Amino acid sequence: MANNNTTTAPAQTRRAGAQSPGRRRLFSLLGFLVTLGVTFIGLLAITFFIGRIVPIDPVLAVVGDRAPVAVYERVREEMGLDRPLAAQFVSYVGDVVTGNFGTAVSTGKPVIEDLARVFPATLEMATLGIILGVLIGVPLGVIAASRRGSWLDQGIRVVGLLGYSVPAFWLGLVGLAVFYAKLKWVGGPGRVDIFYDGVVTPITGLILVDSIIAGDWEIFRNAVWHLILPASCLGFFSLAYIARMTRSFMLDQLSQEYVTTARVKGVPERLVIWRHAFRPIRVPLITVIGLSYAGLLEGSVMIETIFSWPGIGNYLTVALLNADMAAVLGSTLVIGAVFIGINKISDVLYRMLDPRAR
Amino acid sequence: MTTLRDWLIDDSPASPMQARLGRFYRIFGALMHNPLAVVGAIIILVLVLTALFAPWIATHDPLRQALGERLLPPSAAHWMGTDELGRDIWSRVVYGARITLAIVTLVAVLAAPAGLVIGVAAGYFGGWVDRILMGITDIFLSLPKLILALAFVAALGPGIENAIIAIAITSWPGYARVARAETLTFKNSEFISAVRLLGASSLRVNLGHVLPLCTSSMIVRVTLDMAGIILTAAGLGFIGLGAQPPLPEWGAMISRGRSFILDQWWVATMPGFAIILVSLGFCFLGDGLRDVLDPKSGEQR
Repeated sequence: MANNNTTTAPAQTRRAGAQSPGRRRLFSLLGFLVTLGVTFIGLLAITFFIGRIVPIDPVLAVVGDRAPVAVYERVREEMGLDRPLAAQFVSYVGDVVTGNFGTAVSTGKPVIEDLARVFPATLEMATLGIILGVLIGVPLGVIAASRRGSWLDQGIRVVGLLGYSVPAFWLGLVGLAVFYAKLKWVGGPGRVDIFYDGVVTPITGLILVDSIIAGDWEIFRNAVWHLILPASCLGFFSLAYIARMTRSFMLDQLSQEYVTTARVKGVPERLVIWRHAFRPIRVPLITVIGLSYAGLLEGSVMIETIFSWPGIGNYLTVALLNADMAAVLGSTLVIGAVFIGINKISDVLYRMLDPRAR
Repeated sequence: MTTLRDWLIDDSPASPMQARLGRFYRIFGALMHNPLAVVGAIIILVLVLTALFAPWIATHDPLRQALGERLLPPSAAHWMGTDELGRDIWSRVVYGARITLAIVTLVAVLAAPAGLVIGVAAGYFGGWVDRILMGITDIFLSLPKLILALAFVAALGPGIENAIIAIAITSWPGYARVARAETLTFKNSEFISAVRLLGASSLRVNLGHVLPLCTSSMIVRVTLDMAGIILTAAGLGFIGLGAQPPLPEWGAMISRGRSFILDQWWVATMPGFAIILVSLGFCFLGDGLRDVLDPKSGEQR
C-alpha cells in the first residue's frame, strides 16, 4: 500500500498542478473511486471464477445424477448456465450488489443473513486484538529503536519474527491449554458461558456493547473473560508486525539531522524520542495499523476455529468442510470487501494527514 | 588458504567464473557476520538433511500404528511421545519435514517464475501491458491471501496438490511487484541499450540480461515468504483441506492432537514447535539475506 502511494502521488500532483485545488481534489477522489471500483470488480471476478472451477456440477447437485437429459437441460437453462460466461458474470454482479449471495446449505438460510449475524463477533474480537497490538506493539518498537543493537532490541526483533512463524491455531490451542485449563485465568471457548447464552438481546451484535445497553454487568464481565484470550492471540500477530514497523520508522527518524540538533541542544533523550522522533511517524503508523487490522479479520479464521467463536471465520471453516460453496464465496466476498475497504480507508487517511501527500 | 581467498576477492577477476565465485564468497562472508542469519541457515540445512535422511533419523515407521502404545508421553523410546493411534510423533515430525520442504519448494518453483515473468514483462514493455498486468497484480495483492487460498482449495477439492496450487496462485503477485520494480531500474541503463543496439530481441534482452538481475531481490523475497507459505499450508492441513491422513503433515498432526490438548499436550504441541522452528529459520535467513543483497529496501515488509 505504501508503495502505491509513493508511485502515484507525484504523478497526480504533476497532472493536476495547474488546476484549482477543488478540481484537483475532485480528480483524486474520482481516481480513488475508479481504483476502488476496479478492485471490487476484480474481487467479484475471482469469486465468480472460483465458483466456476468447482468440479461439482451445480445442475447435478439440484436434479440428482439419475435425472433424464431433458430435465437436466431445463434446469440448466433455468439456472442460466447455458448463457455466455460474460452474461452470467453480469447477473452474478447484479445478485451480489442486491445482496443475493445464495442460500447456505449448512444453515438453510440466505448467506447474507448468516453473515450479518456472525460478522459482529469477528469484529469485536479483531477490534480488541488491534487495540492490544497497538498499545503494546508501538512502545516495544520505540524501545527497540532507541536501544538499537542491545539485547532488548534483539529480543523484540525475535518476538517480531515469531509473529511470522507461529501458527495462529497452535498459539490458540496452547493458550487454551495453559491459561484456561491449567491456570483458569480466562474463560473457555465461546463468547460467554453456556448459561448466559442468548440472555442479552442482540442489538449491535457486539456482546460487550449489547450487555452495556442491557445494563447486565455480569454478562459483560463474562464476555470480557471469554474475549481476552482469543483477542490476545490475535493481538500478538498485530503486535509483532506493528512493533517491527514502528522500529524501522523510528530508526529512520532517529538518524535525521533534526534529532541530532535536538540532542545537541540538550533535550532529554526521552523527549527526543517521544516528542521529536515519534510525532512524524504517527501518520505512516496509521497505514500500518490499518493493514494489520485488515489482516486480523483474516487471521481470525484460525483463531475462531480453535475458540469455537461464532464469527465469520468459524462460519467459513464449517462451510469449507461441507463444500458449501455459496457460503464459502459469500464469506470470501465479505472478508475481501472489508479487507479492501480498510486498506483504502487507511490509504485515504494517510493522504489527508500527511502534508507531503496532500 | 590465503591464496584462494585472494583469488576470490580479487578486484579485477580474470573470468566471469571467478567474479561469480567471488560474489558468492562475499555474500557468504557477510552472512556469516550476522548471527541470526547463521542460525537461520543452520535450521534450513537441518530441515533439508532431515528430509533427505528421514528413514535414518526417524526411530519408528511414521505410519505404523501400535494401539497398545497410544498417547504415551515423551520418553526414551518415544522422544516426542505417541499419538492416538500409537504412532511415534518424533518419526512423524521427521517425515513431515519432507512434506513441508516439498510444499515450499513447489510453491516457490510455481509462483516465483510466474511472478518474475509477469513483473519483468510489465516493467519492460510499459504502457498498456504494464497497466493491465499490474492491475491484475494489484487486485490479487489487495485481497486477503489466506482466505483466497481457502476458497481456491474449497473449489479444487481438498488435498496437498491443490493446497500447493492454491498457495501458488495467491503468492505470485508479490514477486511480480518486486520484479517490475527491479526491471524499471535497469530498463534504461546503458548496458541494456548496448545489448539492444547489438540487435538482441526483447526476449533475449529480458531472458539474458534483465531476469538475472532480478534474481537477488527475488531470492530475498522468496525466502522471506517461506514462513508465510509454511503457515498457510499448515493452516490448510489443520482445517482438513491440505494434506490428508495418514500423511504426517505438521498442521494436520496438530489438528489430530487438538482433542487431547488438555491431557496429552505433546500430540498437538510437538509438530507446532517444528513449524515455528522452520518458519523462524526462513525468517532469520531472509532477514540476513536482505541486509546483504538488498540493503536499500530496509525493514519494509
